[in-house]
Amino acid sequence: MDLVNIFIKAAFLENMVLAYFLGMCSFLAVSKTVKTAFGLGIAVIFVLAITAPLNWFVNTYFLTEGALAFIHPSLASVDLTFLQFIVFIATIASMVQLVEIIVERFFPPLYNALGIFLPLITVNCAILGGSLFLIEREYAFDESVVFGIGSGFGFFLAIVALASIREKLRYSHIPPAMRGLGMAFLVTGLMGLAFMSFAGISL
Amino acid sequence: MSTDSTLANPVVVPVDVAKDSAPKEPFWSPKNKRLLTDPFNDDNPITVQVLGVCSALAVTTQLKTALVMSVSVVVVMACANLLISLLRNTIPSRIRMIVQLLVISGLVVMVDQVLKAFAYDVARQLSVYIGLIITNCIIMGRLEAMAMSSKPAPSLLDGIGNGVGYGVILIVVAFFRELFGAGTLLGFQVVPQVFYDMGYVNNGIMLTSAAAMFIIAIVIWIQRSRNTKLVDIS
Repeated sequence: MDLVNIFIKAAFLENMVLAYFLGMCSFLAVSKTVKTAFGLGIAVIFVLAITAPLNWFVNTYFLTEGALAFIHPSLASVDLTFLQFIVFIATIASMVQLVEIIVERFFPPLYNALGIFLPLITVNCAILGGSLFLIEREYAFDESVVFGIGSGFGFFLAIVALASIREKLRYSHIPPAMRGLGMAFLVTGLMGLAFMSFAGISL
Repeated sequence: MSTDSTLANPVVVPVDVAKDSAPKEPFWSPKNKRLLTDPFNDDNPITVQVLGVCSALAVTTQLKTALVMSVSVVVVMACANLLISLLRNTIPSRIRMIVQLLVISGLVVMVDQVLKAFAYDVARQLSVYIGLIITNCIIMGRLEAMAMSSKPAPSLLDGIGNGVGYGVILIVVAFFRELFGAGTLLGFQVVPQVFYDMGYVNNGIMLTSAAAMFIIAIVIWIQRSRNTKLVDIS
């Protein structure tokens, strides 16, 4: 039951995009059509589901104070937490590179549609944010897997929702200067305000 | 929006580099000048390329943090673009992201140390935000789009131009958020106490990230109604 709670919390109550406003760049730029948004959403779920437990593993067995004691007892006082940022980013970068190679090999149309935003998943703050929240909230291994999938699913839902709204908006009469990106910013702001109503719910 | 005042600064910087660059193409060719000036309007990182939005939301509740963030991003971006452009022929494409991120993280750590040495108070307030530069997609976006495929001199100009273009938006958004959200600018009270006595209340919504989205949307609206070639036709 705990795991279900973590999933729902990560996907809705503490949605990466709409509650914390992380990962905005690719969220706004790739949400023109539902099809590409769907592709990016799946890629983010995949990357988050891998990097969250991986970074949990790296943090628990290498970075926290005393974690290196399993190598030699004299290392018990070593505290490498100051390396957290760089190590997490390096893990994420190598995983995204892997995803890029796979997508390029097996789904060329998706690769072309995502363009520069596929390598940019590396610097998608939602991914690094996921790893940092994970450490901050002291999740166990199984919880971190569920948290990774849950927050990826939250991103997926949000980007598909925005893409659907933007596809509908094409039929409405908007001042020319606001078409496209301007409306995307406004709609995201409003969706964020709407998601604030989840704030009162506690699981 | 007017960008003339910010244009004056970066022009001074690359003069030294001009001596080293190849004589075939003059450093200040019209093409290179456009690299520097385009990001202010036609090719603005935030409002046109949609890069670096997350940090624009995170650091703009106060004008001060926005200013320090902009300066740091300009420095990191110019150096990263130059370094990656010099290294571009030696980086295997399969591991390029890791190399790019290592260069960026190294530069960010250096900026952090410099701030700690010369502006300790600011550095202590900003330590988290300086770390955020690593995940600022605008830097890696420009590395991928520009530095990996062009010579050092144009890359350096591109880095400076995009950094300043990003900073301009940050400062505009932070100005309005701090003014309406807290009634202060750079920490000094701007809205007179009389207003509060008469019942004026700070607008709490300005402190949420959603307000930053609305302000950027309005900036886009103004920019695109003045510059009609940016208008989205689809």
